[in-house]
Amino acid sequence: MKKSYKIEVDCANCANKMEEAAKNTAGVKDCVVNYMTLKMKVEFDEGAEPSEVMQEVLKNCKKVEDECEIYL
Amino acid sequence: MNKKQKTNLIRIIVTAILLIGLYLLLLTELVFPEGTINPWIERLVFLVPYGIIAYDILWKSVKGISKGQIFDENFLMGIASLGAFIMGECVEGVAVVLFYQVGELFESYAIGKSRKNISELMDITEDVAYVVEDGEVVKTDSDEVEIGTIIEVKPGDKIPLDGVIVEGTSVLDTAALTGESKPIDVKTGDTVLSGSINMSSVIRLETTAEFDESTASKILELVENASSKKSKSENFISKFAKYYTPIVCGLALVLAIVPPLISGLILGDGYTFATWVYRALTFLVISCPCALVISVPLSFFAGIGGASSKGVMIKGSNYLEMLSMVDTVLFDKTGTLTKGNFTVTKAYSLVDGSSDPARQGSVSLLKYASSAEYYSNHPIGLSLVNAYAKVKVNEDSSDNSVGAGEMTLDDAKAFLIKPENVENVSGKGIIADVEGKKIAVGNMPLMESTVNDKGSIKKAEEIGTIVYVSIDGTFAGYIVINDEIKEESYDAIADLYKAGVKDAGILTGDEEAIAMDIAEKIGLSKVRAKLLPQDKVQAVEDEINSGSKVAFVGDGINDAPVLMRADVGVAMGALGSDAAIEASDIVLMDDDPRKVSLSIRIARKCMRIVYENIYFSIGIKFIVLILGALGIATMWMAIFADVGVMILAVLNAVRCLRIK
Repeated sequence: MKKSYKIEVDCANCANKMEEAAKNTAGVKDCVVNYMTLKMKVEFDEGAEPSEVMQEVLKNCKKVEDECEIYL
Repeated sequence: MNKKQKTNLIRIIVTAILLIGLYLLLLTELVFPEGTINPWIERLVFLVPYGIIAYDILWKSVKGISKGQIFDENFLMGIASLGAFIMGECVEGVAVVLFYQVGELFESYAIGKSRKNISELMDITEDVAYVVEDGEVVKTDSDEVEIGTIIEVKPGDKIPLDGVIVEGTSVLDTAALTGESKPIDVKTGDTVLSGSINMSSVIRLETTAEFDESTASKILELVENASSKKSKSENFISKFAKYYTPIVCGLALVLAIVPPLISGLILGDGYTFATWVYRALTFLVISCPCALVISVPLSFFAGIGGASSKGVMIKGSNYLEMLSMVDTVLFDKTGTLTKGNFTVTKAYSLVDGSSDPARQGSVSLLKYASSAEYYSNHPIGLSLVNAYAKVKVNEDSSDNSVGAGEMTLDDAKAFLIKPENVENVSGKGIIADVEGKKIAVGNMPLMESTVNDKGSIKKAEEIGTIVYVSIDGTFAGYIVINDEIKEESYDAIADLYKAGVKDAGILTGDEEAIAMDIAEKIGLSKVRAKLLPQDKVQAVEDEINSGSKVAFVGDGINDAPVLMRADVGVAMGALGSDAAIEASDIVLMDDDPRKVSLSIRIARKCMRIVYENIYFSIGIKFIVLILGALGIATMWMAIFADVGVMILAVLNAVRCLRIK
């Protein structure tokens, strides 16, 4: 399953870091962060519950970039 | 500028004034002669502007470290500036952060601005629909309108949802979808697409799609997702950025420790820590890969946005990159290079041995042939009907005021004689009675079975689709029908070569002679004719195997496999066709073949800018690193180089948006 989320982040490198952090979250199969459109596309593993996984993704992203936001 | 940017601008200005003031006051010996101020007091005073400009960086780096993020750019800037302070280079310590903040501000402002510009280009959806309910017009959100609802669109408004006109006639501007501002006349019963602008009068439509499924929304989604399909260059930059910072930081550490130890322990020249630590701090200043990381995706985004404003939808940065490398462009024929509407170019009558359409023999040949085709829906049959009607119109009106082109099919059919006993001879043609005569219209085998004197049959030498006619068992002549070449095709091919494409070719199921004729006229260098659909895939594969980067241009309806097999599949005139959009990498919204060369030029320009930015940014960084290690570049130079490169790269990237 794929879902798209609006995000808020300040610099391009931080967007890359968010992408990396999201990818390394359990339940996330793949993730692409688009800094230009400020969108995060997440592909979830089968059976994963998106809302729960996204909480983890947000936590992990906050770890690498304090000032980022994902609008869930 | 948003609130945060304004605050930062004020911080920058205040710091700059304070810095210059303090510099003049304390360091130029104009007020205090040398030696009258304790250097530690000096440092304390400079901490004021430093605090103003650097507090957020320091705070973020503290938070970063607590989360194990060492190679955070805030942390690196913090170390570099604090290090400068400790070494007594107060002005530099403040200035480094000051310029860093200038760079950040510029970056956030420029990105915000181009993001806005590009989104405006792509702003083709309309959020508000006016639903007609019991004769009243109700303002509704477009995404709440169900299929089959009647909506009203006023002049000047954007059409919010795809639909069919049920009331009114108007003129539409489809520029936002196709890039061409050619107005289109529409009337009741016509399909209209969301994203077009209603120009002349109120129309009402019955919607045929929900908001998310409407053309405008789908195009928007396509373009917005495009920059998520990352190109090789973008992936390279992400990787580069990941390793660049740790490596430069490592080098900085080595630089701070090893040379002084060598100097002190081995050479016995004393430990020159101060010098080397300063050089190491210079390294930290340029350890952030900002310029690259921002300018490359921005270039792609701007290129894709700019292209979309010209009616060229590029489905991914990777396709833009691939398109820039294309050296062979293969076209489908019908509907791509040709108009796909067949017209009679010659009617050769055996009666008077002439093909002059005004001569009696040709006219009667056309009359019988087209009348026999009265009930036909085949494009060839229709072309006969139109040709005869045209001749009649020109005959009847001496001033030629009525153009045959404006005739409807029913008008055209009014000139014909209704046939009787129509018999479709499968694969050969039609036999029918017209004015009591037995007319046979079709190919050579049909003639061979209907004409009594086989020796009288004359084979056509002309290029095109040939229709033979016999009347009451006597060979009467033949009619040559050709698909017209689009006027734009000539320029389109010339443009391609100009854009640097090596080969342009045609793939068609038609006869070799027809394909060769077109190729010669418009200047194609490769011709593959008589191809079955699967042969087209093979033909593209052959080109790819011979080392070419191949783009295939088709209408996307029956050549989806070929579009997918080509390095870049370009679907043309795909407005409203889901299958074509699905199968292709690049979608041309109208059917102008010149858009192909335009797309290639956009792609080449965009990639040139991407490479300029990559080489320029990396090059400058390396030069400054080397100069820094040698002690030639100061911290000032480093921060100037870093911020300067970033600004130039961003400005360069924005050029992608502008398309001639």
